[in-house]
Formats: sequence, structure tokens, C-alpha cells
Amino acid sequence: MTDSTAVPDKGTDDQGILTGVEQLSPEKIERIINEVLSSETGAKLKVYVDTCVSCGLCSEGCHFYLSRDKDPKFSPAAKVKQTMWEIMRKKGKVSPEFIKKAAVVAYTQCNLCKRCAMYCPFGLDIAYVLSVMRRICHRLGVVPLYIQDTAHSHSVTGNQMWVKDDEWVDTLMWQEEEARDEVPNLRIPLDVEGADTFYSVIGPEPKFRAQLIYQAAMIMTAAGEDWTMPSTPGWDNSDMCMFTGDYEMMERLKKMHFEAATRLKAKRIVMGECGHAFRSVYDMGNRALGWKMPPIPIVHAIEYYHELFSQDKIKIKKKFDRPVTLHDPCNIVRGRGLHEMARSVVNSTCKTFIEMTPNREHNYCCGAGGGVINCGPPFKNARVESTKIKAEQLFAAKAKGAEVVIAPCHNCHGGLEDVIHHYGVDMELKFLGDIIYEIMEIPE
Amino acid sequence: MIDTDNWDWEPGRKTVADLSLWQESYSYTEEFFASPDGETVAAIVRNEDEEFTVATQAPGKEIQPWENAYEKVWNLKYGPEGRLSALISDMAEWTVSTDDVPWENTFDFVWNMALTPAGDHIAVSAQKELQYSAVIDDRPWETQFSRLTGMALSQDGKHTAAVVETVQVLEAEIFKFRKGCYSVAIDGTPWKQTFMNVWEPCFSKDASHVAASVRTNYQDYTIAVDGKAWDRNYSSVWAPLFSPTDDTLIAPVKENGRWFLATDGGKVWDASFCQLWHPAYSQDGNRIAAIVAPDFGLWTVAVDGIAWEATFNEFLTDLVLSPDGQRAGCVFKHDGMWGVAVDGKPWQGRFDMAWKPVFSRDGNHVAAKVETNGSYTVVVDGIPLDRSFSRLEAPIFSPDGSRLLLRGVEKDVFYREIVDLG
Ligand code: SF4
Ligand code: SF4
Ligand code: SF4
Repeated sequence: MTDSTAVPDKGTDDQGILTGVEQLSPEKIERIINEVLSSETGAKLKVYVDTCVSCGLCSEGCHFYLSRDKDPKFSPAAKVKQTMWEIMRKKGKVSPEFIKKAAVVAYTQCNLCKRCAMYCPFGLDIAYVLSVMRRICHRLGVVPLYIQDTAHSHSVTGNQMWVKDDEWVDTLMWQEEEARDEVPNLRIPLDVEGADTFYSVIGPEPKFRAQLIYQAAMIMTAAGEDWTMPSTPGWDNSDMCMFTGDYEMMERLKKMHFEAATRLKAKRIVMGECGHAFRSVYDMGNRALGWKMPPIPIVHAIEYYHELFSQDKIKIKKKFDRPVTLHDPCNIVRGRGLHEMARSVVNSTCKTFIEMTPNREHNYCCGAGGGVINCGPPFKNARVESTKIKAEQLFAAKAKGAEVVIAPCHNCHGGLEDVIHHYGVDMELKFLGDIIYEIMEIPE
Repeated sequence: MIDTDNWDWEPGRKTVADLSLWQESYSYTEEFFASPDGETVAAIVRNEDEEFTVATQAPGKEIQPWENAYEKVWNLKYGPEGRLSALISDMAEWTVSTDDVPWENTFDFVWNMALTPAGDHIAVSAQKELQYSAVIDDRPWETQFSRLTGMALSQDGKHTAAVVETVQVLEAEIFKFRKGCYSVAIDGTPWKQTFMNVWEPCFSKDASHVAASVRTNYQDYTIAVDGKAWDRNYSSVWAPLFSPTDDTLIAPVKENGRWFLATDGGKVWDASFCQLWHPAYSQDGNRIAAIVAPDFGLWTVAVDGIAWEATFNEFLTDLVLSPDGQRAGCVFKHDGMWGVAVDGKPWQGRFDMAWKPVFSRDGNHVAAKVETNGSYTVVVDGIPLDRSFSRLEAPIFSPDGSRLLLRGVEKDVFYREIVDLG
């Protein structure tokens, strides 16, 4: 790599970053950086940074670059230059001001979506390099306020939304009671030891989208599933600590989650429609704890729904009749290859399916991923501006007749809601679970 | 600490309940639990008035519902001495009921019901008007907190400890959080010290000390005892554990990317591991075993710091030491199947699931519940019994280890069976 051109700085007003930076000294920065570089990254990072030939091919892969009128500062390689490249060149002798800018780039200008890696002739994983930058920022205490708060919530409660132990159980009981108006013997089975399936969700479900738990209970009941949910912490499979760079806490959270399931002797974990949580339980968190694979199988909602339809476990009244398109969430498509299964579920449930382009592993990120949306209001405008290409992609699908966007990921929902609203796309957003619940035959 | 001496150990099978009669009597029944001695079964049911209650049945007797019924009942549990407790609610008020006798105090919610090993004391965590406390035997703490979790009950049942928020943190107050707003409260009185995080408080045997894992800043984890942190910090720690005989305290700690077993001031074992957790003491406190990963992705048991040669490639859990500490058993998962290993040797059978092994009092025999294709049996010293059940509870050895109590369902009938192992 060669020297980067200076990047004009509009500055940030995020208090997590600003106050964190005030507490830094050059010595502390140098010490922490060198600790991370010597004990956590090894040769991998150096090879990554040294191999880049600045060819710029990755730029076309990045929705930030494409959405920002090809502003070179948003190309993947430039993001590395503004962060780890400079840090390695200067062997950690960088200023607090540098860390401030690097934190903004690492936390808010990359969704860790890994799309660019497909465009790099060497397959360089920019997301990994920026994760190292986040790790350094976490250890320096320079993290955007909102996502830092979420990480704190994880550390205290085991969940993302400061949900207290009693509020969790109370929410499940409330959803069970509501669902019993529809199916009198329906049960959300708490702590049933020996159930086959342990169902886990993310923090925002009990807090804001409790109807998703209702729907899941209805689907599990209709499918005759032998399932359970825990009354204890460990119910939340999500993980913002993975994105702030607090890997010790990521390990603690994943231990809690897997042990909640294995304590109940479940044979598998079925998880709701979430992408980043999948990355955390299927790749990052389990491996950090010493498990090559998850200790018991993790089944993403898409795989579970696919099982329901391919094994005829539930019946539908009639197919969903409004034309739909499908947003492929990065974490389960580039991360796990679930795109064909997702299409199979859409085709089993919807009458008219219109592909958005590009699609499958080439789909553009919604702009929310990698914890970017969790950095909150201070970065919202910048985030939405970086999704122009996503809006264009949605408009094109709409022009072909699509009315509903299916996004089987919570974060994608958050991101796409903002895209749809800001650019006036005027399409409705749904989870696959919403559609299945709407069309399924309700059990007796 | 179940006293099994006076149970009926006569070999043979006894019908405890015909479950089809329950289905006829109630439109809704939850799963059945057997009393420890197997002489009764119980389940949460919904009665004709559309209220929830608990019903029990003993051999040759009618189904016996509790006199009181409620809007909600959950967490039904037999104590070791056979008393039956549940969490119950009416008009949004919650409390504990034991053998159909509810506590007098009610709360806006109760959860995390804990029983002493003797079953003579019960504790719960409770919330009332958004204030949190713990309650033992209907006596709530006098102090309340804005947040409470991880409640522990001392062995003698006289004390509770829990992680509490001593300085209230509101959403987005990240700098206040960093100063340390959490502590451990014992019987309602918090330690003077606060920490960034506190987890997993536990009592020493005589309840004179309480320890917990803590994080003092993002990089430093350690163990705190009675509020005082160990001198050394680590990059991470797991839950501490007191010796069953004295105040020795151990905890898994991580340093330079490797896990050790440590005590205040030093290492307990020389060996380090890629992972080390769930240490367990023998009853005499002389032996320690733990679940370890000697290498990435390989799991086994270490006893006194020495890992078994056999390793398992997916998962290891349910580590248990025999009462005399001479033997160790565990459940493992290898190549997608579950099994049981004892003293470093995996038993031959592979199953869809295996449960924590149970040792006889003298340690000579080991039994474990296992599942294959949805039916359950017990494997004794590596050999499966020639019966199967559609539901089965953990096996219990007779005091001399020669017989085994099975409590399970076959063809909709709940049986109590004594198997002679001779
Ligand atoms: S990982 Fe995604 S957001 Fe980050 S630079 Fe690459 S394409 Fe852009
Ligand atoms: S495509 Fe690869 S080599 Fe080229 S600039 Fe991007 S990261 Fe560097
Ligand atoms: S939020 Fe959805 S689209 Fe965005 S990175 Fe995550 S999975 Fe990808």
C-alpha cells in the first residue's frame, strides 16, 4: 500500500468516542495496540495488510463506496489505510485524534458484511482487518455510546436490551396467554428438560417484537415440535460484544447460551430470524471458546422453516398472494450459504417471487449490519446515506412488481426500514415467520 | 443428600399412575414428575373451572388435585424429601406454594426457586413495584434493589446472596457504568465494594464467605471474596468454587490465551489448557476434576491436573466425581453422537442423548439415563438395562449399590421399579 490522501473530517459528536478519546495518552495507545498485535493477531493481519496491491477492485464490492458516488475514501482498501495500515506502519505510535477517526471508520463505515472479499483477487478479508481495529478501540475504551451501552447490557443481563430476569419470563407468559385465545392448549414450554429443540431469540424480541415469539410458538405447536425455552439468562443468542471487540464478553455470552440449552438436554438450538446472532453462535463465539463447531447443532430459522415444508410438518391454507422479493442477509448467505433454502421457503409460501438484483451471495447489505445500526442516532444519517445503492436495488424490484420485502434478519429489518422510509421506497417489510403465520392452518 | 435408607427396595414393578385417566380428567396436563422415592407423580393441570393447579397420584389412589387453583402455575419441583413446590399466581400476584400451602407474602413476580440439598428451605428472587430482593421461606430481604440476578442459597438454607445494582444505571450511562455499579448483597446487605460487573456469587460450606467473579475494567477480571478482589487480575475468569471442607476457593482463570485453575495467589495445577471450566471437588475436598480442552476442539476431563488420554471432538458436560472421589464420569459428544465416559474410558454405546452419570454410594457402580430414537433406558457400568420407557427420571442406587430405582412411563403408565443388579 502507498500513503493515503488526507481525508476531510466532519468530526463526530458521539460521546462514547469523544469522551473515550479524552482519556487516552499516546503511551496507552501504543501499549494496547502492541499488546493486541503481538498476542492476538499474529502473522494473519500482517499478511493481509501487506498483500494488498491497492488495485481497487474491492471498491465495487462495497455499498458504502457505491452509495457515496464512488468516493474513494469509502472504498474497502481506503478504510484499511485510515486504520490498521497506518497503525502498523507507525508501530502503534498514533495520536488520540487518529484513534477517534479510526473508531468512526471501523465502527460505522463498515458493516463487516464481507462482500468486498469476493471482489479482491487475493480474497482479502477487510472485515477482519476492521474487526482488529474495533478490538483495539474496545480495549482503549473508545466505542460509540449506544453500542457500548448494548455491550454493557449483555454483560449485566446476558441480553442486549437490559431485559430483567422476571421481565423475560413475564413476556413469555403473556404471549402464551394471548396465544391461548387462538389455541386453548398452546404452551410456551419453559425449562422442559429433555425437549428436542431449544428455541432462542434476540433481545429485541421480548422488548419490541413479542408477537414474533407468539408466532414462533404457533408454528412450533402446529409442527408438533418437542420444544422449550429457558426461564434463565442464556435465552438471548445475539451479541453486540462481538461487534464492539469485547471478545471476553462474547465468550461469556456464548457460554451462557449454549449451557442454557445443554443444561436442558436439548439436542439442537433453533434460532429466530437473525443474521449476526448466527455469526456469533455458529462461527465467532463457539470457536473463541474452543469448540470447532457449535456443541449442539444450530438451526437458523430459514433451515427450520425449510424442514417444516420439505417434511410436510405444517399445512398452509393458501399461499401469500402479494408479490414478494427477498433480501439475502449477509451473515447467513455469505456466512452459511442458506440462500437456496430461503428461496425454497419463499416458493413454498408465496405465490409470486421476484428476485432483487444482485442477489444471493452478491446481495448488498442493508447498511445496518456489523453493529452499525446499534451505534445509534449519532450515525443514523450517515448510515442511511450509505445505502443509496440498496434503495436503488429495492426500487428496481418494486418496478418489477414486488410489493413486500422479506428479510429474514432482525438487523436487516432495522436497516431496511430506514432505507425504505428515507428514500420513499414504499414497500412493506416482513419476516418469513410473519408470512408463515399468516397463511398456516392454525392447530386445534 | 437424599435419605434413601427407608425406601422400599424390594425388587419389582409397581404402577404409580395410569396417565390415560389423567388425560380423561383434565383438558390440559403438563409433563409428569416423580417424587424422589418414586411413590408419587405430580403434574400441573387445568381444571374444569379453567384454572391451573397441581395434581398428584400415588399407587392405588385417586388423582388428587390441590385444593387451591390459580391463574398460573409454573416451576413445579419435588424437593429431595418429597415435598412439592411451585410458583403460583392470582390477580397478578405471585408467591410460592409448597404442598398446597402458599406463602403469605405476595410479589409482582417470583422466579429462580432454589431448594437446599436437604429440601428444608426454599428461596426465590422476587420483584415488587419494580424493586428487587430475595426471599427465604416467606421472609423477604429488608433492602430492595433496582436490579437483582444470579441468586444463590447457602447450603444450610439460612442465607441468600445475589448480584445487585447498588448505583442505578440508566440506559446509555456508559461512563457511570464503567465506574462500577454492581455488587453482591448477602441477606440484603451489599458489599461496600462495587465492580463493573459481578457474576455467579457462591457461598462457602458454612456460609461464612461469599465469592463471585468480577470485572473491574474491560481488561481485568478476577475473583472477589467478601468484597475483596484477589491480588491478581486475569484476562477472563469463570465461576469460582469453594472446597466442600474448608474455605479454599478455586476458579478457572485465563492468562496469555491459556486457561489455568487458580486460587488466590497462585495456580492450583501446573497444567494450562485451551479451555478449562466447571471444576468439581470430591466430597472430602482432596480431589479436583474439571472439564478441559487440551487442544482446540478436543475435550476431556482433567483430574488433579492430569487430563485423560481419551478426548472427544464435540462437547463434554455433566462431570461428576464419585462420593469417595476415586472415580470420575461425564457425558460426551463425539462425531455427532452422545456417550458416557468413566475414569477415562468411553462406554461402548452411542446415543441420541445421555444424562449425568450417577455413582453408587461406595463408588463401585455407575448408571446413566440415555435416549435412543425417543425411548429411554439406563446404562449400568456400560451395559444397558433390557427395558425402555417413553419418559424416565434419573436412576437412584440403593444404599448398598446392589439395586436401582427407576421411575418412568411405559405405554401411558407411570411405574416405580426396583431392579436387582446382582
Ligand atoms: S465488509 Fe462490507 S461494508 Fe465493509 S468494506 Fe467490505 S463491502 Fe464494505
Ligand atoms: S481488491 Fe484486494 S488487493 Fe485490491 S485494493 Fe482491494 S483489498 Fe487490496
Ligand atoms: S444486517 Fe442483515 S444485511 Fe446487514 S450485515 Fe447483517 S445480515 Fe447483512
